[in-house]
Amino acid sequence: MEISTERVGSALIVMPSENRVDGTNARDFQVGLEAAIEETDSAVIFDAETLTYISSAGLRAILLVVKSINRRGGKFAVCSLSDPIREIFSISGFDNIIPIEASRDDALSAIG
Amino acid sequence: MAKTTKKILVVDDEPDLEPLMLQRMRRNIRRGEYEFVFAHDGVEALEMLTADKEIDMVVSDINMPRMDGLTLLQQIQDVSPDIRAIIISAYGDMENIRTAMNRGAFDFVTKPLDFQDLRITIDRTLQHLDEWRDALQSRDKLVALQNELDVANNIQQSVLPASFPEDASYQIYGSMQPARNVGGDFFDVQILRNGKIGLAIADVSDKGMPAALFMMSSRMLLKGAGQRFENPGEALEEVNNLLDAENEAAMFVTLFYAIYDTNTSVFHYANGGHNEPIVVHPDGSTTVIPPTGGTALGIIPEIPYKENSIKLEPGDTVILYTDGITEAFNAEGELFGLDQLCEIFRDRQPQNAEDASEIVFDAVNKFAGDEPQSDDQACLVFRRT
Repeated sequence: MEISTERVGSALIVMPSENRVDGTNARDFQVGLEAAIEETDSAVIFDAETLTYISSAGLRAILLVVKSINRRGGKFAVCSLSDPIREIFSISGFDNIIPIEASRDDALSAIG
Repeated sequence: MAKTTKKILVVDDEPDLEPLMLQRMRRNIRRGEYEFVFAHDGVEALEMLTADKEIDMVVSDINMPRMDGLTLLQQIQDVSPDIRAIIISAYGDMENIRTAMNRGAFDFVTKPLDFQDLRITIDRTLQHLDEWRDALQSRDKLVALQNELDVANNIQQSVLPASFPEDASYQIYGSMQPARNVGGDFFDVQILRNGKIGLAIADVSDKGMPAALFMMSSRMLLKGAGQRFENPGEALEEVNNLLDAENEAAMFVTLFYAIYDTNTSVFHYANGGHNEPIVVHPDGSTTVIPPTGGTALGIIPEIPYKENSIKLEPGDTVILYTDGITEAFNAEGELFGLDQLCEIFRDRQPQNAEDASEIVFDAVNKFAGDEPQSDDQACLVFRRT
């Protein structure tokens, strides 16, 4: 899956090109994220603004990225979650593991 | 095709077990379903497995002279890697259950042996074995990935309970509709001591064979932890710690676990990142059970799981479900949603547990129409009568 990227200062912002991530495209999503994020990136923000649905398979792809960034001492945050996506993060307890910020700016000032 | 009579090697140093097993399983033997052979310790069992390639599965005690059951499990991997084994353990003996699982045991039963339970466990194991052999054959033939996913779905189905306990005070019914590409939902029901029942529903975060295997590990660990701990939160904490220990693939499972006490009608629960069940009352109104928070299992170790309790009144029906139900979508891309799930019972109050499950699936299928769903849909119903 195409993941668009944008650099602001030392932070990398990633955004998926599809608005639905589920069992059918989660692997593509994961491969896309891994390709978009460089080994040297120490602050990564996942901008979920265009996302309308993410299944547990999609959350797992994000978790793999978070684990890899944590291993090298980097920081990760997600931002701009719609209410349904926010609820998915909250039900699964992912909001206990991953910092959630309201906007890109908030995320940048938190980890950028 | 799979041969019909399955040969089962029973390993136990207790001499009384052989006649008892033959007597209690006589119907299955007469029908040509099972054939039993017996060994009295691990060494003898290994000799038999080496000499007799017709043996399909092993049921083994743990404590035996010369070679114990856990060592035997390890050795079986070398001699006959495609054999499945069930271990006979003490009730709630998590340490041995976990070791057995890590050494490839498929399931366990507890002492004193309940032959009805043993029969169900043997059947489940044999069904899994057939699916497994099909999977290996598919791989040999280099058949498309879809075939492997189908097999994983079948393995998942074979792990689900096929029948449900019932008595005058409660009913249980569970059902699942697998999606084409995903195989991760499961539910389980376990009779515990002192009039208690363990109920679980879960969703593993991936598809295919690795997810099916992760699901089987989660199920087995929860079954053990459910026996070992009186409280659902402690059981989840234990399963979480054990799952995390060797989880490089970042797989996780959302799992809701409840213990219902038939003496007090109290439904005591904890939640590892799963959708909160709803309770349908006899007047058709519904409530979502109070959330406890809690993170999906297998992600971070050493975290506590909060618990809560509700008392069920006669006619209350608890619907445990997976997100494939509330996130079912139609051709317009709209989601079924929790509100609609609650609303459907206003017009049609469930007459029993199976009826409640039917009401859910009827409504979801009607809503989704012909739109192929991307996630499994599972539902486990518990009803106080």
